[in-house]
Amino acid sequence: MDNCLKMCTKKLNFYYGESQALHEICLNFYANQVTALIGPSGCGKSTILRCLNRMNDLIPYSRVDGQVILDGEDIYDPDIDVVTLRSRIGMVFQKPNPFPKSIFENVAYGLRVKGIKDRAFIEERVENSIKRAALWDEVKDRINESALGLSGGQQQRLCIARAMAVEPEVLLMDEPASALDPIATQKIEELINELKKLYTIIIVTHNMQQAARISDITAFFYLGSLIEVDETEKIFTRPTLKQTSDYITGRFG
Amino acid sequence: MLEKENRIKPGRKILQTIIFNIFRFSAIINGAALVIVIGFLISKGWRAINWTFLTQMPVDSMTKGGILPCIVGTLIISVGSIAIALPIGVASAIYLNEYARPGRLVRFLRLGINNLAGVPSVVFGLFGLSLFVVWLGFGVSIISGCLTLAAMTLPVIIGTAEEALRSVPNIYREASLGLGATKWQTIYRVVLPAALPGILTGAILGISRTAGETAPIMFTAAVFYTPSLPSSIFDKIMALPYHIYVLATAGTDIQATRPLQYGTALVLIALVLGLNLIAIIYRTRLRRRR
Repeated sequence: MDNCLKMCTKKLNFYYGESQALHEICLNFYANQVTALIGPSGCGKSTILRCLNRMNDLIPYSRVDGQVILDGEDIYDPDIDVVTLRSRIGMVFQKPNPFPKSIFENVAYGLRVKGIKDRAFIEERVENSIKRAALWDEVKDRINESALGLSGGQQQRLCIARAMAVEPEVLLMDEPASALDPIATQKIEELINELKKLYTIIIVTHNMQQAARISDITAFFYLGSLIEVDETEKIFTRPTLKQTSDYITGRFG
Repeated sequence: MLEKENRIKPGRKILQTIIFNIFRFSAIINGAALVIVIGFLISKGWRAINWTFLTQMPVDSMTKGGILPCIVGTLIISVGSIAIALPIGVASAIYLNEYARPGRLVRFLRLGINNLAGVPSVVFGLFGLSLFVVWLGFGVSIISGCLTLAAMTLPVIIGTAEEALRSVPNIYREASLGLGATKWQTIYRVVLPAALPGILTGAILGISRTAGETAPIMFTAAVFYTPSLPSSIFDKIMALPYHIYVLATAGTDIQATRPLQYGTALVLIALVLGLNLIAIIYRTRLRRRR
């Protein structure tokens, strides 16, 4: 793999209070690639995703041990500004969560909190983001109406547009299509395929077929440990470890 | 065979009907109590209500004329006390709900707030008397009354504000922080606007409650008679609940002013019910919008 390394974790351990949720994770994420994190429930894939943009800082009594490197810098270094970090690493959540504001204000939110006041700039960026999320045609006539009036699939695409508006470098997606119907899911998957040209995407998914469809690299987790990581094609056709092939073929999980 | 088993046994049906009717009756009693009280007041006091009553000053040792200064005084003091209590209460609620880490300080604060809610209103009156009227030297005045009532309503405001903040789903906060907003930006731009309707409903209900309080204002703001309407916050005022008390017990001619007493009570009830109605309608419209 010739692609450059965008992010990686080095011996990452994570504790919720006394219990250890992640064990010595060493994982690489390459630029402009889609990395899928798969594994049964409770294996730690959402936990590690939230470690990547320090969202786990919000959880009281949690502890991180090890390093997460973005472009050569450890994001858990005490000198790092978490707020700026989070605008470089965007996140899309499992359940679509647009703010109770208008569609426009939702997408503009990330820009406004940065202090950007130039109206023309904001309008342009909002329009571009919504277009990139393949949502523009559906909302251009009601862009000042409440975002809560959109369907689930539209809301999720809006959340993706909102995350893109701040032009992050990495996009984290936590089961983005699990709450959506198959047609909306397909639209999101097509979108991810387009988006990887611009961003590094890390996606957690429960749906193995989805991982096989859209990712370049797949990492298999089990009970907080990284079991196997490889090119998606290899993982799904010739996995190295029996545990991996057992999970893929549905023998457990 | 099966058909017989599907029919409700007659004994159970009778029991159900009896119990449903007991519940129905209890609900009716509830509504009936309100109707009876209001009906009583209306029947005794409607004769006193006219344009003069509502807009003129009292004359002839308050046996005639109007209760305008009482209406004005009650409005000033209820709105004023909420204007003081609301910012402090909301700020406290934001601190407790968004910033405070679970620990001894928070538990102590909550204990204090809950106990404050249980203090009798007359004790607040005494507290206001010693602190604002005497020690700080404001005297019997609007400002003393507003501060006293604000202290009294604070726990209620904090309670409703905290509930409103808690009802804002956490996923909004996470989405905001994930986009690179600071915690304060998240509160100011997302959480507060979403919680505002609940907070305002609590404020309106707070106003309607302080409008009817007599004991706290007896020592701190309200007097028997003011020759004119108040013009500064250090003025004394007349108030509706206190006026009822005064006319009914210490007035110059209790029997003659009886219709005025009921009329005043009617105006007070109308004010309180009106405010509650506004709060309920506002809250219903918000719920429907969500």
